[in-house]
Amino acid sequence: MSKRVALEASHAAAEAARMADVDVIAAYPITPQTHVPERLAEMVANGELDAAYIPVESEHSAMSACLGSAAVGARTFTTTAGQGLELMHEVVYVASSMRFPIVMVICNRALSAPLSVWGDHSDAMAVRDTSWIQVFCENNQQAFDMTLWAFRVGEDPKVLFPVMVHFDGFHLSHVTEPVILPEQDEVNKFLPKLQYPFALDPDRPMTHGAFGPPDIYSETKIAQEVAFRKSKDVIMQGFKEFGDIFGRYYNPVEPYRTEKAKLLLLTMGSFSETAKIAIDKKKNEGESVGLINLRLWRPFPFEGLRHAVEDAEVLIVFDRCISFGGPGGPVYSEIKSALYDMPERPKVVGFVGGLGGRDMSVKDFEYVLDRGREVAEKGSEEIFETVGIRGEVIGIKE
Amino acid sequence: MTDKRLKTGLDFTWRDMEVGNIVTEAGSATLRRTGDWRSKRPVVDREKCNKCGLCWLHCPDAAIEPVENGHYEPDLFYCKGCGICANVCPKDAITMIEEEEA
Repeated sequence: MSKRVALEASHAAAEAARMADVDVIAAYPITPQTHVPERLAEMVANGELDAAYIPVESEHSAMSACLGSAAVGARTFTTTAGQGLELMHEVVYVASSMRFPIVMVICNRALSAPLSVWGDHSDAMAVRDTSWIQVFCENNQQAFDMTLWAFRVGEDPKVLFPVMVHFDGFHLSHVTEPVILPEQDEVNKFLPKLQYPFALDPDRPMTHGAFGPPDIYSETKIAQEVAFRKSKDVIMQGFKEFGDIFGRYYNPVEPYRTEKAKLLLLTMGSFSETAKIAIDKKKNEGESVGLINLRLWRPFPFEGLRHAVEDAEVLIVFDRCISFGGPGGPVYSEIKSALYDMPERPKVVGFVGGLGGRDMSVKDFEYVLDRGREVAEKGSEEIFETVGIRGEVIGIKE
Repeated sequence: MTDKRLKTGLDFTWRDMEVGNIVTEAGSATLRRTGDWRSKRPVVDREKCNKCGLCWLHCPDAAIEPVENGHYEPDLFYCKGCGICANVCPKDAITMIEEEEA
């Protein structure tokens, strides 16, 4: 029997790593992720989890230690946030390019300066192009579910890419919610033992991390890109198997009450749950609105997105990050480009909000819906819209 | 040396790339003709050589090999021509000569 317990998202993710029976954890504590490695260190110290916990001196070392661990075929877990992910950055690319199925939980945090330990998606967007599979969570249950799922997908011999599980710093990491924990048998049924096909072995010597001169580097990167995009098959299979065993089905693009709605709002992470309440209110008032929760960020679900918006006239995209001097928030610009080839596409309006831990209330999302519709109808000189900024915002244009 | 054939990157398409560029067999470096990089080559004067083996010990690429009668000779398939052997030789028995003069 599964049991329902009260857990913060950080502890839910730690539980998932424990139930996945990870072999190695190499992590450096950083707000707001601290409770994840803290709980895992406690489990190892108490004998609840038979794993090597490597207390490294930085995030750069954390990911480097993970490379070594993954190279010998050990199930490997790490976790970080914000500045920690930035410090780790160069090794983040190495992990995916060497095709090590490491699982990393990110408690999303704003980037300095000014110093902020609070949540937004700037850290996630800075690792957008690293060829890690990336999913976002709306709540603590999903923090558990996605972490477990991440091992299943990343370690699949047809995939062999690392997976990042994103959930919002503080808004989820430090908030206690009911979480259903499955039985260990069910987890074992879902998640087979890791059989990394290229594990280092003195009896079968091979080279990891060889030099890539100009005559093979391009071919290597194309092979990586093709394999990364192909991982979507196993991503879908993983979602299905997860649902069949645990009863919760996930999708790369998750529409909420979108039936033929003319105005859609797209959000990621914990804000999706708040936005859903705003959608409910608007629907009760008779408005034709709906929400899209974007779960899978990489590889980007082009087809699912196009299908989800085909009946909409206006699509509002909400970013918790600014692409300075660019075509709008990173999610907004991505989605605009994803829809460009559709013969009939909705008008796309970009919003930026919720930066550095700023709350977004239901009322704020109602404003986003109203203002978004207005901008779609009348146009705006600004490249994207903002919400909750004191003072009239002008000057986001050429 | 004729039995050694180096496959270059040009022999492979992107479909041939191993996952993560892993080299699944050991010893593939033996096929790489690093001797191509050389601009000068070491020439051993056996009259002067006292067979001490310092050149063999110091070669950073293990490209000096013991040969008959306790002598040493560079393996020009690998030797990059760095000149360390000539530098450490206590008998000045190794001279670095320009490749085009060899």
